[in-house]
Amino acid sequence: MTVLVTASTTQPPTLNDAVYSGLQLIENGERIRTCLQCGTCSGICPFGHLMDYPPGKMIAALRAGAFERVVNSDSVWMCVSCYACTQVCPAQIPLTPGLMTRAKEEMLLAGNVPEELQHALQFSQRYGNPLGESPRKRAAWTKGLDPPATILGKAKRPVDVLWFVGDYPSYHPRVQRTARALAKILAILDVDFGILGREEQSDADSQRLAGERGLFEMLAEKNGRAFAKYQFGEIITTDPHAYNALKNEYPALGISYPVRHYTQFLAERIDQLKPHLRREVKARITFHDPCYLGRANGVYDEPRALLEAIPGVTLVEMFHHRQTSLCCGGGGGGMWLDGFQWEKARSRISEWRVQEAIKVNADILAVACPYETPRFEDAVKTAANGAHLVVKDIAELLAESLDIEEE
Amino acid sequence: MNIVVPINFVPDLVEEFSIADSGKDLDREWVSLMLNEFDDHAIEQAILLKERTDAEVTVMAPDVEGVDDALATASARGADRLIKLEDDFEAGASKHALARAYAAAIPALQPDLVLTGVQAHDDLDGTVGPLLAEYLGMPYVGYISGVEIGDGAALVRKEYPGGLIAEMEVMLPAVLGIQAADQPPRYVAFSKIRQAMQSAEITELEAEIPEDAGAAAVVRMYLPETGERAEMIEGDEEEVASRLVELFEQAGIL
Repeated sequence: MTVLVTASTTQPPTLNDAVYSGLQLIENGERIRTCLQCGTCSGICPFGHLMDYPPGKMIAALRAGAFERVVNSDSVWMCVSCYACTQVCPAQIPLTPGLMTRAKEEMLLAGNVPEELQHALQFSQRYGNPLGESPRKRAAWTKGLDPPATILGKAKRPVDVLWFVGDYPSYHPRVQRTARALAKILAILDVDFGILGREEQSDADSQRLAGERGLFEMLAEKNGRAFAKYQFGEIITTDPHAYNALKNEYPALGISYPVRHYTQFLAERIDQLKPHLRREVKARITFHDPCYLGRANGVYDEPRALLEAIPGVTLVEMFHHRQTSLCCGGGGGGMWLDGFQWEKARSRISEWRVQEAIKVNADILAVACPYETPRFEDAVKTAANGAHLVVKDIAELLAESLDIEEE
Repeated sequence: MNIVVPINFVPDLVEEFSIADSGKDLDREWVSLMLNEFDDHAIEQAILLKERTDAEVTVMAPDVEGVDDALATASARGADRLIKLEDDFEAGASKHALARAYAAAIPALQPDLVLTGVQAHDDLDGTVGPLLAEYLGMPYVGYISGVEIGDGAALVRKEYPGGLIAEMEVMLPAVLGIQAADQPPRYVAFSKIRQAMQSAEITELEAEIPEDAGAAAVVRMYLPETGERAEMIEGDEEEVASRLVELFEQAGIL
């Protein structure tokens, strides 16, 4: 490959050269030189029409030595890191993990960061979670669980499974219900699991995809040190973003453990789970593929298998599903850019998605990512003809079907 | 042009507080400290002035938990000099005492401008800015939301209630109480802060918290008590909402 900046260059490399040559050093990064400028990426991007520099045009800008213009525009903050562009690129250029994330990193270094995102990043730095909640209260959601959750720092014994609960399931009042549902399922399956409690930090994958590489590394290292203190067989995550980080990003920092999303973990135990699923959930359910379970990591079948195991369920597909799934709008920092993106778009991706669920006459929109329940529930509130639509995490639907009393 | 920014740390409201056994202070064991938000703006204002006028910015802080990180962050933002005042500030110091400690250290820096946050949520005995100005013998203007440097003077924008703004000229040197910087504090990438944590030079300066700085004494500190006339509505969301509707109907609002 060509290194654009050589030692004989007397001038310091320009930002454009540094970014363009740097991008070619990442995995499959050299493919950026094979971009045909076909525009498929920009066309499929849910917010591409609102960007001054959607992926294809950004590559053209890099080739023209005009990356400064990209940094001076704020429209890259419309990118929700959903992998739609990466999925369809005929040259298979790592657009989401490479190009778009690098552009956000430069925006961040230049201090060109929308204020609402700034808060989430500062909170992550200070408290280890983007919600700005007390780190001491990270395990507060477990209060009243029966059997009580094992917190590794207190139990001081090896466990089979370390459950990485995640930011939103730990703190967000709506998503805590998902965490409690999953705890119930793990208990009924006699899974010997433990959680890190206040030692758990944000997985920081969305902060990384919002351009905060340094913050990501700091939080990953803290998580790594916590993992190293305990003995466990594998890690499961509630959050596909945490799964993505632990599987694909942490190993490069020397933090390497077997990890699965909880839908994969439960799907493996589906025969053990099925006899417990006695209560009918009579509903038309449609499943929203989370970007970081589906497109980014190829997990499509396990969530569907779990839903189909629930008696009474009719599973229907929305127009966009599996590889073509539409983002909920929360990825890549989108979770903390609602106001910014609303000002530019005057609509939300989550609202489009909810309309798709209504169109297939679904009673329940099933999800498997902690960002999605609050986002879609908010979207339902303003959706025409959507009042009947219920949003539930797969874990919540499974827990409902368990033949035990609801809390 | 020398700008000095004495910063201060306040209890982080994210944590729940309890009262110390003495009944006169927070239980400091469980308090985590964070940079006072208005001081954050004071730092930003200083850096903005540096970018416009080539001023030299010194940030000064008492030695408490998190001070090194806060000073490194200030350095990553562009502060030139970092000073840490050494004494037992961790146990809490009154604003009078803090201002005295700053006032002892600041003259040696020959400042043209001292920028402080206009207030802090733990200001029990007054705010640092006016006290400091008194001890330094400098003029003070507070509630500032914009500063321009002129010839031997600063042109400042002072906010009044009701949306009124005054432009004032202040002879230098002066102490300003910053309500808000010209623009909100800019984000500093963590990689830059991390670099600064390794490279920033922090000067440690012996300080002394005066025994009797003239602050009002706290007689008793306690949590707000429920008044007899208040009805605390208990129950889940549904019950609370129904009771509220009932009360609004009784009051003729609904």
